[in-house]
Amino acid sequence: MQRSGQASATSLPIGSDADLAWVRQHVRQCAAQLGFGLVQQTKLVTAASELARNTLVYGGGGRVEVTPLDNGRSRGLSMSFIDSGPGIRDLELAMTDGYTTGGGLGLGLSGARRLVHEFSVDTEPGRGTTVTAVAWVAQVPASRPGVR
Amino acid sequence: MSEQDAAASAPQVVSSFLEQRKEQIAQRWADAALFRSVFTISRDEAVEACKAVVDALSEVAVSGQLENVSAPGFTDVRDQLGRMAATRTRAGSTPGQIADEVARLREPVVDLLREEFADPAGPQAHESALALTLLLGTLRLVVMETALDANAELIERQRQQLLEVATPVIKLWEGTVAVPLIGTLDSARSQVVMESLLEAIVDQRARYAILDITGVPTVDSLVAQHLMKTVAAARLMGAECIVSGIRPAIAQTIVQLGIDLGSVLTRASLADALAYALSRQGIEVSRADAGASAR
Repeated sequence: MQRSGQASATSLPIGSDADLAWVRQHVRQCAAQLGFGLVQQTKLVTAASELARNTLVYGGGGRVEVTPLDNGRSRGLSMSFIDSGPGIRDLELAMTDGYTTGGGLGLGLSGARRLVHEFSVDTEPGRGTTVTAVAWVAQVPASRPGVR
Repeated sequence: MSEQDAAASAPQVVSSFLEQRKEQIAQRWADAALFRSVFTISRDEAVEACKAVVDALSEVAVSGQLENVSAPGFTDVRDQLGRMAATRTRAGSTPGQIADEVARLREPVVDLLREEFADPAGPQAHESALALTLLLGTLRLVVMETALDANAELIERQRQQLLEVATPVIKLWEGTVAVPLIGTLDSARSQVVMESLLEAIVDQRARYAILDITGVPTVDSLVAQHLMKTVAAARLMGAECIVSGIRPAIAQTIVQLGIDLGSVLTRASLADALAYALSRQGIEVSRADAGASAR
């Protein structure tokens, strides 16, 4: 995939509940600037909230890197949540709806995946976890190439 | 060797100078912006405050800890400096402006100090002036520190206030209460919401409780969990809970996230929730018809 225009990647710390609020606010601002609609903004912010809380609660804190994307046809937003915590032992189990080790609803990872377009988890027990979520601005179908 | 001697004695010189010229320094400082703007009512009060600061500086100078922000000598005036900084902050000064005002205390004292020496441009005068400048630089840091402490305290207090202010429980009707939730619903806030709602249910003998989330920007799984817990607790108290104000974007997000709010009674708006609560209590609200209102 072409990912040009990575002009302004921002890195925000995730170390407390107050940081979560800041992450949500920042993602909302970025999404609004990139032209995401209200529903998509809400989905992105909610996904960011879930993943950032995972980073805080299970990863013991870390950071998020928010990067605006532009592949030439559409604009998007990439969010990478990075921690150096214990990692996820059984990723498939962790991605199951309703599975939790922390007393939550168990919808953080699996729910966030449904809220974005691309989703990847890079984890290794003892080394930490990086969750990357990407969403693209939904566009009105463009005129077909060749048709003017 | 001789240079070291001079350096060692400079603080002593500064200290005794501050002691002897306390009255004069205080008189000059009392007219400086920092003190004048804080002690607006009485100039004598400003002079007294200045004297206290001069005493502290003198004590710090004697101890030789010219650059130590936490020197014991500052302890007595720390409160006073904190109050002054807080007053200036409330009046709209930035920390930078306050620091500037403290910096402006330096010139009048250094001028006075130089006059003490037969040769105001000589090396001894220079050494002492340098020591005094260092000392006043430290004073500036102390003021900044207390100002920042005061700010942190203010923020903490406001945070506490926000917890209380943001969760009023409103009696909408006999037996019906509502909580309009506004802002981020974190664990601490939702705890306060639950407590005040349950108390209101008892106090008002409410049968219906409405949680309005129009003002909640994000409903993620944790917020949903808090809502469900609150609803369950209210149910245990014998009240039926209705969650209202679920906006279209939030509804779609909740569904995609996979949260099952099936156990929670929801309505689109607060008005719908109230209408539901009223109808369940057998209360009918109808428009007074034209014939009845004509007298």
